[in-house]
Amino acid sequence: MSAAPRKIGVYVCQCGGNISDYVDVNAVVAAVEHEPGVTVAKTAMFTCSDATQQEIVQDARELGLDGLVVASCSPKLHTYTFRDVARRAGMNPFQYTQVNIREQCSWTHTDDHAGATAKAVRLVRAGINRTRLTEPLEPIVVETTPKSLVVGGGIAGLRAALGLAEVGLAVFLVEKEARLGGWVAGFGDMFPHGRSGAELIAALEAKVRAHPAITVFTNAELTAKSGSFGNYRVTVAVRGERSETIQLVVGSIVVATGFDTYQPAEGEFGYGLDGVVTLPEFKRLLDGTTGPLQYHGRPVETVAYIYCVGSRQSEDAGTGHTYCSRYCCTAAVHAAVKAAVIPAKPHQVHFYRDMRTYGKYELLYAEALATGSVFVKYPDEEPPAVSRDDATGRLTVTARDRLCGGDEVALQADLVVLVTGMVPRANDDLTKALKLPVGTSGFYNEIHPKLRPVETVVDGAYICGACQGPRTSAESVASSLAAVTQSAAVLKRGTAALDPLVAAVDPAACAWCGACETTCPYDAISRVAADGKEIATIARTACKGCGGCVPVCPSGAIDLQGYRDVQVRAMIDGMLEAVTP
Amino acid sequence: MTAAPAAGDGAFAPRILVFSTNNISDPGIDLAGSSHLHYSPGVTVINLPCTSGIRPGWVLYAMQQGFDGVFIAADGEECAYLPDCARRTAGIMTDAQRLLEADGFAPERVRMAAICSVCAEPFTNYMHEYSKALAALGPARKATA
Repeated sequence: MSAAPRKIGVYVCQCGGNISDYVDVNAVVAAVEHEPGVTVAKTAMFTCSDATQQEIVQDARELGLDGLVVASCSPKLHTYTFRDVARRAGMNPFQYTQVNIREQCSWTHTDDHAGATAKAVRLVRAGINRTRLTEPLEPIVVETTPKSLVVGGGIAGLRAALGLAEVGLAVFLVEKEARLGGWVAGFGDMFPHGRSGAELIAALEAKVRAHPAITVFTNAELTAKSGSFGNYRVTVAVRGERSETIQLVVGSIVVATGFDTYQPAEGEFGYGLDGVVTLPEFKRLLDGTTGPLQYHGRPVETVAYIYCVGSRQSEDAGTGHTYCSRYCCTAAVHAAVKAAVIPAKPHQVHFYRDMRTYGKYELLYAEALATGSVFVKYPDEEPPAVSRDDATGRLTVTARDRLCGGDEVALQADLVVLVTGMVPRANDDLTKALKLPVGTSGFYNEIHPKLRPVETVVDGAYICGACQGPRTSAESVASSLAAVTQSAAVLKRGTAALDPLVAAVDPAACAWCGACETTCPYDAISRVAADGKEIATIARTACKGCGGCVPVCPSGAIDLQGYRDVQVRAMIDGMLEAVTP
Repeated sequence: MTAAPAAGDGAFAPRILVFSTNNISDPGIDLAGSSHLHYSPGVTVINLPCTSGIRPGWVLYAMQQGFDGVFIAADGEECAYLPDCARRTAGIMTDAQRLLEADGFAPERVRMAAICSVCAEPFTNYMHEYSKALAALGPARKATA
């Protein structure tokens, strides 16, 4: 830390009343302007406005500011905005602190103006204290390898591979199965263009196979990953007559491993009875049918669909399938529309909870209604029951119809279709090799669903398609192209800049015990010799900046940049100082 | 240092330090604000990448300096960094409780719960309950309060 006093600029935002209606921003400025290290403190109508950004830059130049505190909204919104302001103002971007006095102060204390103002003072003081202890940090710059690895050769993986090759990157496509195409390759006509999934995949696969920059490995699996962002070394095991292991170096990894369909348990909605099938089984039957619909040699005059099988289950069930699979309403309605045009059109009755044919899929729902499908809304707490008369072989679906005052409906059916949802694939080895984060429902987790929808905490590893959660093929392809863009943005530049907010070891305090090495799941920590002793060292490009090693060190020798021990303690101090503006 | 803040009616209003996480629980706490849900202004938040990075000593320090309770808003199973984050954070909490007890503070002065990125109401409820529980315990630093 430099001995010279800091020159910090503090800007308290009014947010056009969102803050200043509840917090006396002038009192906040008055309370903090004489804090040690504060050179200038003022309020602004909108600190994020161009005018105020320009004012901050000008103040910094005139006053020689070396630290910046902006007290405004959540850091989620403007951290990067003001890091950039700091940089333009000649400051180090990492000597800026965002203080949240809107979401975590004015908006949550609209009932207590004095309390909100006093709290804002404490929060701003904590921010000043933290900033006083900042050090200039430089982004970690790494050179990147202009190659990408795509895991999964379904529609999302194929489209990603092609997209990556088209922007000039070398691509390795790794598919576990013997053939490419995934689920979509097995689909018949798809909405809205009527082309079959098989045709779509055939066209896509032909382009992928023909592209000189793409190498396809089928019967292959990624088994290990080492190295760090921009230059991952991956191991691919290829099965075959002569099984082999291939080593590749790639700059990014696009994971498009897709989904599995929910497999009902024996007896779940009658599953296991002759004539009770899942939606994928029914679609195969339908796609292979030209004449009147038959099942096991028997004519099918009535089809009953039961929705939400394996989806939206109660938390008490403990299955983790509490989510809506979102594609299945549309897929079932689409199947019903297809079934309505075959000769000897069957009666079709849909037992549903809520009809979620969102967006333009609503047109399919309208078409299903127009072609004679009947919809029965069953109560969440009382799902339909399926039974079979052994003498006649007929199935009966019993349910309550919420749209008819809860009357009981008993429908005789020849075929019962369980509209099954999507479940995550069992990909434990891949998950472990890539250290990908998995959410509560078992799908892969992105960093932020809106702002960083295909990035993961593993830099350079992107997720797309249904491995992230249930979605349609169109949505899968959209996200796969997002992953292409993210990969290209990093790899075409040739270098990547990483946030330097990573862990660092104090060599003087470290007495190598190995606890930190064991605790880090990212293999970022190793042992080195230094000044006649052994100490821990942290690979800055492998460190994810979680801080998990910090409390594990018995000598307190590890600090996380941006969240150093002295900074957290100084923030605590700032939050407790007397508020006497 | 200063005396504990007084609520409007002059009653003791506990000060609570919350540790949140940048990607999961802090957005949940933000959402409480965006939804204009109210909790005590004695609650202040320090956000970190992950609650597995909390030094137990920070909890003790907060108490010694004048907070009345620490609430760890953990990611539960949702942590994007560490698959065993809940177990790690629970261990940190146990260590912190041990430090508190050794220094004469009640172990109830640190609590943890999983707060998700949309857990606005649960967070607000936790703050109400915890404020009440800490008010019953009284100020942490009895000698000077």
